[in-house]
Amino acid sequence: MNTAETDAALRTRALESLLIEKGLITEDIIDEVVEKYEKDVGPLNGARVVARAWTDPDYKQRLLEDGRATIAELGFDSAQGAKIVVLENTPDVHHLVVCTLCSCYPWSVLGLPPNWYKSYAYRSRAVREPRAVLLEFDLDLPDAVEIRVWDSNSDLRYMVLPERPAGTEDYTEEQLISLVTRDSMIGVAKIESPSK
Amino acid sequence: MDGIHDMGGMHGFGPIEREENEPLFHHPWESRVLAISVATPVPIPGGSRNNIENMDPAHYLSSSYYEKWLYSRIKGLIDAGVLTPEEMKTRMALLRNNPNAETPAHPDPDAVRSEFKRSRPATPPQQKMDIQPQFSNGDRVKARNIHPEGHTRLPRYVRGKYGTVTNYYGIDNLQDAELPTGCTNRQQPLYAVRFEASELWGSAAETKSAVYLDMWESYLEPV
Repeated sequence: MNTAETDAALRTRALESLLIEKGLITEDIIDEVVEKYEKDVGPLNGARVVARAWTDPDYKQRLLEDGRATIAELGFDSAQGAKIVVLENTPDVHHLVVCTLCSCYPWSVLGLPPNWYKSYAYRSRAVREPRAVLLEFDLDLPDAVEIRVWDSNSDLRYMVLPERPAGTEDYTEEQLISLVTRDSMIGVAKIESPSK
Repeated sequence: MDGIHDMGGMHGFGPIEREENEPLFHHPWESRVLAISVATPVPIPGGSRNNIENMDPAHYLSSSYYEKWLYSRIKGLIDAGVLTPEEMKTRMALLRNNPNAETPAHPDPDAVRSEFKRSRPATPPQQKMDIQPQFSNGDRVKARNIHPEGHTRLPRYVRGKYGTVTNYYGIDNLQDAELPTGCTNRQQPLYAVRFEASELWGSAAETKSAVYLDMWESYLEPV
């Protein structure tokens, strides 16, 4: 750990200790919140939403109309109380999500964001040169594909519904879930066909 | 505010660095900061993001995500009168000299827990309320050229630019610190507005791309 990290660790311990002493929080509550983010909240939730949308056209239609309520149908609550807007990728339109002012991210479906999503490079560049950014993620989209970048500047949250890959027609919902990646739901990746 | 945090479109930050098999937290203290931030039932005066945006730019740039959260939380709790800088200093000195010092026993765990459960959550945009949206899908609009000193959700790169309304989300609470001139109500229609890349970036724009932003009605002027 460098000096700043050591200082942050000490500062955090002092803060925690004072808040506990003042009756504002308990160690158990902190442990529970940490455990929730380590075990229950993560991209698997989003993957379940995507797989259901791929296999159930009615669900998909409701999902695109009202993300928050339709996501809640799968049993995990849309934490943050945020409205979630689901953006459908197609062969002609590719969506990409960023937050230039902060690092807003759909925690309830994707968990906590990776460091690159919070990086100054991604925050500054995704709105100005999305094709160059996607190339760094090894995604080379033809010029004919329109790119729509969504800057999460309000309290709405955006999640991408990636295209279902070819060759998965016989897959069960469980098999489909295992194919869905976090990056595909941010819009920096497509989902490869498993036959490739 | 026109701060360092408003980085959309800036040059100079280099390539996007990714970490293989990135852990959820890089240090144990980060998870504690997250949990304290999510679960402490004390609103931060002015908002957590405002504290972060007001950091000295050099401090902002050199601080990690959770270092910013930690800074903002401590400042907010001091501003709220819950902590004093002296208490922090004394407790840090104690823990520095006695790394194994026990966390003090807390007053009444049940009372703390019930307060924790009560303090939730934010509300999504509402369709109800007697406010008629001024714009419809397909309308041409211009983002206002405002430069408030306080917190705003209108990024610099879109101010003064022309776009098209593509979606109406409902009535939502404006998050800016100050209400824009001529505006009296925080409850406002919220829209998705599409800005063509060429409108935002001129000849530097990439082909066939657009940026969508969430725009409260007071951010927009009719065209």
